[in-house]
Amino acid sequence: MEPRPRSFYALTAFFILFLVFLYGPTLTIGILSLQGPGGGLTFPMRGVSLHWFRDLFEQQAVGDIWGSFSRSLTLGLMVMVTTVVVSVMGGLAFRKRFVGATLLFYLIITSLVIPSILVSLGVGLIWSQSGLPVHWSTSGFGAQLTWTLPFGLLIMFAVFNRFDRSYEEAARDLGASPWQVIRHVVLPIIAPSLIGVALFGFTLSYDEFARTLLTSGSYNTLPLEIFGMTTNVTTPVLFALGTLTTVFSLIIILVFLLVVWLLNRRRARQGSNAGQGMV
Amino acid sequence: MQKNSLTGWLLASPLSLVLLVFLVAPIAMIVVVSFWGATEWSIYPAFQFDNYAFLLTSEVTYRVFVNTFKYAAITWACTLLIGFTVAYYLAFHIRSLTWQIALFLLCTIPFLTSNIIRMISWIPFLGRNGIANSTLMSMGVIDEPVEWLLFSDFSVILAFVHLYTLFMVVPIFNTMMRIDKSLIEAAADAGATGWQTLWHVVVPLTKPGIMIGTIFVVALVMGDFITVRFMSGSQSANVGRMIQNDIGLLQYPSASATAVILLITVLLLIGTMLRFVDIRKEL
Repeated sequence: MEPRPRSFYALTAFFILFLVFLYGPTLTIGILSLQGPGGGLTFPMRGVSLHWFRDLFEQQAVGDIWGSFSRSLTLGLMVMVTTVVVSVMGGLAFRKRFVGATLLFYLIITSLVIPSILVSLGVGLIWSQSGLPVHWSTSGFGAQLTWTLPFGLLIMFAVFNRFDRSYEEAARDLGASPWQVIRHVVLPIIAPSLIGVALFGFTLSYDEFARTLLTSGSYNTLPLEIFGMTTNVTTPVLFALGTLTTVFSLIIILVFLLVVWLLNRRRARQGSNAGQGMV
Repeated sequence: MQKNSLTGWLLASPLSLVLLVFLVAPIAMIVVVSFWGATEWSIYPAFQFDNYAFLLTSEVTYRVFVNTFKYAAITWACTLLIGFTVAYYLAFHIRSLTWQIALFLLCTIPFLTSNIIRMISWIPFLGRNGIANSTLMSMGVIDEPVEWLLFSDFSVILAFVHLYTLFMVVPIFNTMMRIDKSLIEAAADAGATGWQTLWHVVVPLTKPGIMIGTIFVVALVMGDFITVRFMSGSQSANVGRMIQNDIGLLQYPSASATAVILLITVLLLIGTMLRFVDIRKEL
């Protein structure tokens, strides 16, 4: 191997600084969440304790965080499943020519770039003017889909751009029905990417704020609850909650990565060649 | 072909349905309501141009729009510089694919955690008694705490860059990974310096990725309201904040009129950018 150019070391330093910039603040609130009972929102640490975490579990003054957590979790799973199913169907649809495909594509892009508060406002207005009660599982659910679906579809487009069609043709030549081709050829090949879509669907929903603001009704999701807390909670309990939800997100990400890894390993062990279906 | 088209339609129908109900209909509703009237506690159907007349003749509107563009432009420049450098490092200086993927994931993970928490986490850094101030004071750079670190345009843009640089890194990295490495070698063989190769070979080939990143960052910053509200301590305004304020006062028609103008602005901007890049081909 040739020796590293000098720019390599400068760029490495830059990259490390970038990572510090990305992770530094989050790590800081992680540390500060361990403040002693007398500590405040900034350094110095006044002792080390789990006081503020205990507060999260006991005191009801911090609001309904566990209720909002379970709502966010349920909603995240609903959005995740819907995003995967609808994105796969959409991705398959865009491989065929159909009237209106271009229009639908531009709608997806619009859905991606439209300011979130417009979706919130528009959905909220429709629901209130037609007398329906806004609820996180109906209007909130739909509003979040307008954010997760474009990401899911972009991933599917990327996947099918790299998809080797000769595998499907081979299956068809062997007499497989269209459904069998999808079930036994296409889905196994794209499976790891679907886990990516699922991860996006869940986390984007779990963290979404703007699109749920006017569409979730009287029961808050977790991000809404946290934002409410920022205006009236001035103790490190805020950091404890922030640390806890971040750790939860990290665990979710790890679980998904683990699933991808296991899937690939099982494939390799069983001698499946599904991993080669992408070019 | 006929059957193909039908299957395509069936497969696309759930997607179309969701977008129709939760995207097209809400936009239509906003357009309709933007012509309605409002009293202090309710809104009533009408067809009047009052909301637009008020908006377009108010000097505040222009100031707020200028401020929004300012945020978008500065954030764009910062995220582009940082994002390009990071992507370049990952794509051309890291030699093993495993390390590339690992470091790329490391850059992506914060994107999958809560934006609000990531904003909150700047408080201990930038606050009056925060890390930045105490470090600068102990180093003797300043005598008393700097006030403009938190709740200022500075902190707003810092938060934007912190939240959205990823949207530059990902598409630029994706485009760079497709650049044929022999082109770089050819440039070097032809006697180009490192900078010349970067400017005349890498940058032109990376343009589609830069364009997609730009679309993301501009759209996100133009439509934002929560970052501006939180990081400026409600002292600065952008268009999103203006809409949110009207919503808070139950002035939905006026909020809708502002929303329509914002939507037109964003779509014109993004539409112009889309002319320079074929997104589907670049994915």
